[in-house]
Amino acid sequence: MKYLGCIAGVFAASMATAETPELVVYTYDSFVSDWGPGPAVEKAFEAKCACDLKFVGAGDGASLLARIKLEGARTEADIVLGLDTNLTAAATATELFAPHSVSADYSLPIEWTDANFVPFDWGYFAFVHKDDLDAPTNFKALGESDLKIVIQDPRSSTPGLGLLMWVKAAYGDEAPAIWESLSDNIVTVTRGWSEAYGLFLEGEADMALSYTTSPAYHLIAEEDAGFAAAAFEEGHYLQIEVAGKLAGSDQQELADQFLAFMVGEGFQAIIPTTNWMYPAVTPADGLPKGFDTLVTPVKSLMVPAADAPAIRDEALAEWLTALSK
Amino acid sequence: MLGDGEMLEMKEIVLKQGTFEMRANLGLEPSARVAVIGPSGAGKSTLLMALAGFLTPVNGRVYWQGEEITGTTPNVRPFSVLFQDNNLFPHMTVAQNVGLGLRPSLLLSAEEIERVECALTSVGLDGMGARKPAELSGGQQSRAALARVMVQSKPMILLDEPFAALGPALKIEMLDLVARLCTDTGAGLLMVSHDPSDARRICESAILVAEGRAHAPVATDELLRNPPEALRVYLGQ
Amino acid sequence: MAYRAQQIAPPIPSGFGLGAATLVAALILGTLGVVASRAPEAGQLGPSDWAAVRFTVSQAVLSAFLSVLFAIPVARALSRRRFRGRGLLITLLGAPFLLPVIVAVMGLLAVFGRSGWVSQALELFGLPPIPIYGFHGVVIAHVFFNLPLATRVILQGWAGIPAERFRLAAQLGFSARNVARHLEWPMLKRAVPGAFAIVFAICLSSFAVALTMGGGPRATTVELAIYQAFRFDFDLGKAALLASMQLALAGSAALLALWMSQGQGGFGKGLDRSVERWDEGSRIVDFIAIFLAVLFLLVPMLAVGSRGLAALPDLPMTVWASAWMSIKVALLSAGLAFALSLPIALTAVRFAWIESVGLLTIAASPLVIGTGLFILVFPFASPQDWAFVVTACVNAVMALPFALRVLIPAVQDVCEGYGRLSLSLGLSRWAMLRLVILPRIRAPLGFATGLAAALSMGDLGVVALFAGTGEATLPLQIYRLMGAYRMDAAAGAALLLALLSFGAFWMCDAWGRRNA
Repeated sequence: MKYLGCIAGVFAASMATAETPELVVYTYDSFVSDWGPGPAVEKAFEAKCACDLKFVGAGDGASLLARIKLEGARTEADIVLGLDTNLTAAATATELFAPHSVSADYSLPIEWTDANFVPFDWGYFAFVHKDDLDAPTNFKALGESDLKIVIQDPRSSTPGLGLLMWVKAAYGDEAPAIWESLSDNIVTVTRGWSEAYGLFLEGEADMALSYTTSPAYHLIAEEDAGFAAAAFEEGHYLQIEVAGKLAGSDQQELADQFLAFMVGEGFQAIIPTTNWMYPAVTPADGLPKGFDTLVTPVKSLMVPAADAPAIRDEALAEWLTALSK
Repeated sequence: MLGDGEMLEMKEIVLKQGTFEMRANLGLEPSARVAVIGPSGAGKSTLLMALAGFLTPVNGRVYWQGEEITGTTPNVRPFSVLFQDNNLFPHMTVAQNVGLGLRPSLLLSAEEIERVECALTSVGLDGMGARKPAELSGGQQSRAALARVMVQSKPMILLDEPFAALGPALKIEMLDLVARLCTDTGAGLLMVSHDPSDARRICESAILVAEGRAHAPVATDELLRNPPEALRVYLGQ
Repeated sequence: MAYRAQQIAPPIPSGFGLGAATLVAALILGTLGVVASRAPEAGQLGPSDWAAVRFTVSQAVLSAFLSVLFAIPVARALSRRRFRGRGLLITLLGAPFLLPVIVAVMGLLAVFGRSGWVSQALELFGLPPIPIYGFHGVVIAHVFFNLPLATRVILQGWAGIPAERFRLAAQLGFSARNVARHLEWPMLKRAVPGAFAIVFAICLSSFAVALTMGGGPRATTVELAIYQAFRFDFDLGKAALLASMQLALAGSAALLALWMSQGQGGFGKGLDRSVERWDEGSRIVDFIAIFLAVLFLLVPMLAVGSRGLAALPDLPMTVWASAWMSIKVALLSAGLAFALSLPIALTAVRFAWIESVGLLTIAASPLVIGTGLFILVFPFASPQDWAFVVTACVNAVMALPFALRVLIPAVQDVCEGYGRLSLSLGLSRWAMLRLVILPRIRAPLGFATGLAAALSMGDLGVVALFAGTGEATLPLQIYRLMGAYRMDAAAGAALLLALLSFGAFWMCDAWGRRNA
């Protein structure tokens, strides 16, 4: 136990003297869960690197950035994995992240040019529901229905933030009105994706904000074809999840090695059936069977990364105002 | 008016408690057994508590064998005191309670433990040292308190009606025990009582406390046979 | 003639008590100062912040109103019926005070959630489920915690009506209605405002309930907004501004409660006594009141218990590690509470005003103190390294007013009853403390220490603000498990936490009662 004797901090430094180098990766909770990609990735990377890869769950995606800001240069993390394009500009502005040297043949819907962050998977946000539900086909219809939905807090969760940007990208100045109409459909706002999806599965809501790829989990892992993502006429918002190296890391080489590994076959092949997202680099064997059944958006929405912080702040203020009425 | 042989003197004492005020100017002889009698609320207990050191007089001085003890702390005064109640610590054994009279730290030597045993035997509590006060009867509790007074072996004993809650027969037993104790050790006694027969039984002289004054001691029989007005009303004569 | 305690010197040098009180006051006023100095950076409160203020006040008003409203029939039933298990029931009413919030929340979710028992029953009748997240959930949880407290306060009012009055009422042939009008109504007019104010003040500082049952911006308390300013935006200025707001709210509520509840308290004696009554009243109404209250309080507990029991054997290692961490935090906290409250209580024999240091802690909420400490620690050290020490300290300070409330009268009793005897026997200060005071106040001391240990064991407040990504206390670990929707493991851990909290209290309390 690190904090033996309760007088914390005193022993914190002495534990770092492990023999094998340790690479600390802060990520979101569901990534490190038993059924997430974490355990398989750890095994695969440790087989190659003669190091100790340590995943640390630090809440949901958006709270990762707040945690890094909070810990600042003192952070133990070498890599942060799980931010997305809505957050990369804000993350770069902290000046805590270092440029990467990774290049790969990405299968992303857009061209990748970010100097600090490396993409590892992508997907489209969508409301997931059970098959027997007659799902709405746009936000206005959802707002008028009496369906119950669970969403995530945009301040702590990347899907929550994605929904914020989705509504803003689709409706612009009309966004506050959309939120007001959605307000009575929202059962609760959770801090992270896992909690929201869990509430949905337990029957606390008719739909949960997740991804177009989520039904693949039920189809492949549970052999249950009873779930679907509601296709929205406005189009779906694109999320690209990324990882970045901390400038203050004392394991620079190992961190570079991990980022390179991340876009390689060993990592990417794990992603579709553990993180249930599209891989950033399509594996040699292609996508797993079942992914072909998924909804493809009529239109892909995305705010350019550089514009995201300003739009986020505006949209967040609108969201807070609309939902606190 | 005060003679040379007097051990305890209260000179021009003024006591105040709130609006209550009383005066005392008197002396007691060594080994005297003196009752303090008077109407209730007249200040009998107040007088005793001032002597014991729990109440500082606003004026006047107290002397013991010619030495002033007015401002000293209760435990260095030459008195052992028994209060109306709470004379034993309920969480301690009888032996511990008595032992406190020898050493307040309770770190007793073998010889001191023996003295505690002796005291308990002489008050008729042999073999009961290990009991808690709650396991004793009212009379036995009084005996235990007296055993402590015995080991304290101070020159004078102050009793603030400690036996008031006992039945008549038991009270007489205790008074006789106190008288024996005084005779055996040569200690003096100052005893508050509201019952004239108590005073008659063991005290040769008595102090009358009435109308804001503690009068000098006079012979008990004399006082009771020919009481002043204030006492007469109280006695119902 | 009464010889009052002021003649008796405190059994320790007053410096110890004054020092301890100064330490507590410095901690609270110091952190408040830090908060106040940082607050201007944030500028103004936004619309969502004002929404948080409105939500905080409105849920507290409704929670207090409902708690008191339901408490009246329950207290009346308990005061006028004698039945087997009545004493046990009254003891049980004290239990929610020790129950960790997160455990109760899990139980309430199991009962009132959309897929919970109540909603399923409602569905049978074609009714929609109760919305448990948001306003409803927060109010239900607050009533769960405060109905017992309000019941105890009002029951004390009933116990305070002299038995002779009821005898007189019987002699005069009063009906239950007459008794209510002439005896009970005047009592309620005095007791109810106090009970309302106490519950209102407690609900105003609610954090853990809002954290777990609040539903987004619509159901955010000011305390929760402070947490969000830290955790979501890492905006210390905003956190400080909100903390100042919270201080103003909680401080005035605490003063109000104090003013309205003078001479009352949740720990009152004499509750076991039921006054003999001759007016009948409705047995059915009383039975229903007691039955519903027991159902409302026990069923959520049983729900956690039954789900948790099944999960107990398969608890993940992290839960056991967190449990060990929580035990250490509780031990440290209880030790600190003991070390602070004892000298203060002893010194209060001479300086009665010293108890008011406890008031300070009621006005300042844990999150406000946490905010201040965070701002203080942050420039020099990583706050997460201090998470557990800070949690233990803040909880010890929070337990102080309760500890002082039971200790000071006990010390006073001992000094009044045995001070003169001790003085006349020449007991030194140390001997007096060792031989007289400590043995005589052992029971309240055990009770107060147990209270501090249990409160600290179950706390989900400051630790949520400070803790890093690694080790957690058990309540935080449960919160994380709930976040990951591992509800079985969370239920198992919740059962473990409840056992630890009650166990810690029971051990300290039993130590106090031994040989008493």
